[in-house]
Amino acid sequence: MLVHSSKARAAVWAGFLLLLLPLFALPFAVILAASFATTWSGALPSGPTLTHYQDIARGDSLDALVTSALTALAASLLALTAGTWAALAAQRLGGRGKKVIDTLFMLPVAVPSVAVGLSLLVAFSQPPLLLNGTRQIVVIAHTVLVTAFAHQSVSAALDRLDPAYEQSAAALGARPAYVLRRVKLPLLLPSLTAATGLCFALSMGELSATMMLYPPDWLPLPVQIFATTDRGALFSGAALAVVLMAATLIVLFGVSRIRTRASYR
Amino acid sequence: MAAPPETAVGPVAAKTAAGIRFDHVSVAYGDHTVLDGLDLTVEPGEVMALLGPSGSGKTTALRAVAGFVTPVSGRVLIGGRDVTALPPYKRGIGMVVQSYALFPHLRVADNVAFGPKARKVPRAEIEPRVTEALELTGMAGYARRYPRELSGGQQQRVAIARALAIRPGVLLLDEPLSALDAQLRSGMLAELARLHRELPDVSILYVTHDQVEALTLADRIAVMDRARLRDCGTPRELYRAPRTEFTASFVGNANLLPVTAGPGDATVTFGNRELAVRGTEGVAPGAAATLCVRPHLVGLGEGPNALRGRLAELQWRGATHRLYVEVAGHRVMADERELRTAPAVGDEVTLHFAPEDGVLLPAEAGADG
Repeated sequence: MLVHSSKARAAVWAGFLLLLLPLFALPFAVILAASFATTWSGALPSGPTLTHYQDIARGDSLDALVTSALTALAASLLALTAGTWAALAAQRLGGRGKKVIDTLFMLPVAVPSVAVGLSLLVAFSQPPLLLNGTRQIVVIAHTVLVTAFAHQSVSAALDRLDPAYEQSAAALGARPAYVLRRVKLPLLLPSLTAATGLCFALSMGELSATMMLYPPDWLPLPVQIFATTDRGALFSGAALAVVLMAATLIVLFGVSRIRTRASYR
Repeated sequence: MAAPPETAVGPVAAKTAAGIRFDHVSVAYGDHTVLDGLDLTVEPGEVMALLGPSGSGKTTALRAVAGFVTPVSGRVLIGGRDVTALPPYKRGIGMVVQSYALFPHLRVADNVAFGPKARKVPRAEIEPRVTEALELTGMAGYARRYPRELSGGQQQRVAIARALAIRPGVLLLDEPLSALDAQLRSGMLAELARLHRELPDVSILYVTHDQVEALTLADRIAVMDRARLRDCGTPRELYRAPRTEFTASFVGNANLLPVTAGPGDATVTFGNRELAVRGTEGVAPGAAATLCVRPHLVGLGEGPNALRGRLAELQWRGATHRLYVEVAGHRVMADERELRTAPAVGDEVTLHFAPEDGVLLPAEAGADG
């Protein structure tokens, strides 16, 4: 506790809530309220209804949710594999090699995602790698965008891992692959699950690159939200956004429940 | 402390006794040499302590045996086999590090079984080995625990059990007791000595900066300083007759007095006094040398080699008094067991020591002890 007196502490709390509520909580509350409304002309929305949600349950929005979830699942698993692999390799390289790899993996974050989408579109529009208009290109785009976070998170965890574990295992006669499987990966598991959750959430909400790439038969939910609000159906869009948020939160919560023995360290 | 008796050897003991040989091993990081041409042989079944301050290269030497550093020149042999180019997992050595590095996600039994499993020991053989290693270290009752549920001393025992479960010919201990408090440490010292008696075929390379650990456990001590081996011998040899000033001051306490050899046989001149010493071999008459006398061998009162001076400081240390006496511009330390009538600081006192307790060392240019 940096602040000791109870008065000062109350003031800090008040300041914190004053900043937090308008910035973080209110927008979500507004979307939630709008998703149950038919009109919103006064201070508060009016005409409470469940129509928007009923529409979602009937319409093709459910397909869009499944599409988003599948894309996010595939992208986060691919990103986790690539990111972990690269982090392990970079650590073994050390020195300048590690810096180069770390920088390369941060690139997709530095480049605007629209640019990532465009570059993939241009790159894969010609044979022999003609992926334009396929579902795979959406997954690839998401993977490219979220791998940076997987790599970053695993890389940081690896740096914190005491090399004595690996060395003791090697001295006991474990080959590198055995050490990886039985010692390093189990010890990294908390970071791996956290990274998966983060990648999944980021992929679920990805819009700008997806907009440039999605084929008609693979329409993720953010694209549909955008299309819905774009044609003026704000309240239906709000309901879709709530569904997207809820789905993402449920998955994140589920991932965070995967407690590992190593996390008790 | 000499050759261990050939007692009953349990199955945990090594299949074959294996010694370690450093054949002019040098290790460098860039331009920085951290181990400079080490030549040292650890006999099968011997406990060799690598003693030195931090940065002396002792841990590097141990890591060269384990295979975690690659020498820039020289060879490392284990049991007569050149292992210099072998990766760590092919060397078959047991190792215990300062932090223990027990795998936190595995129970004690699984930690101990890790080595045998990794080496594809038949399944039926693993269980008895684990039990045996845990019994040997007194941890049989803790097999189902996780490392985080154990105290430091218990983790230490499990780490040793884990290393022994692969039945190594060579056991490397890297400052194994430095994370324990003083009381536990002396207990574990006795434990390690017992373990070595029960496993007489296992060669132990023991890295430490603590002279008590080295003197207690080791058959021989290799004293290291600034990347080099300074001295090597049995604890008694190094304590009674150190060959260098560094050894004298690092293994036990020592008065190191600048003297010149002569004029007579087995005498030296300190200031304007003539003192009788054990011998003056290797030092030319009239040459500068260093006289080493252990403080507990310096007595208060008249006697041979009397040194008169002024008491500069008096420390009570429970079992002993330590006197610091100014003699000819040098402080001479003397440890007295019992002082019924302690002199006061500033008093004139007389110290003495027996000629056989005065060891003459060659003067070391630039050495500051």
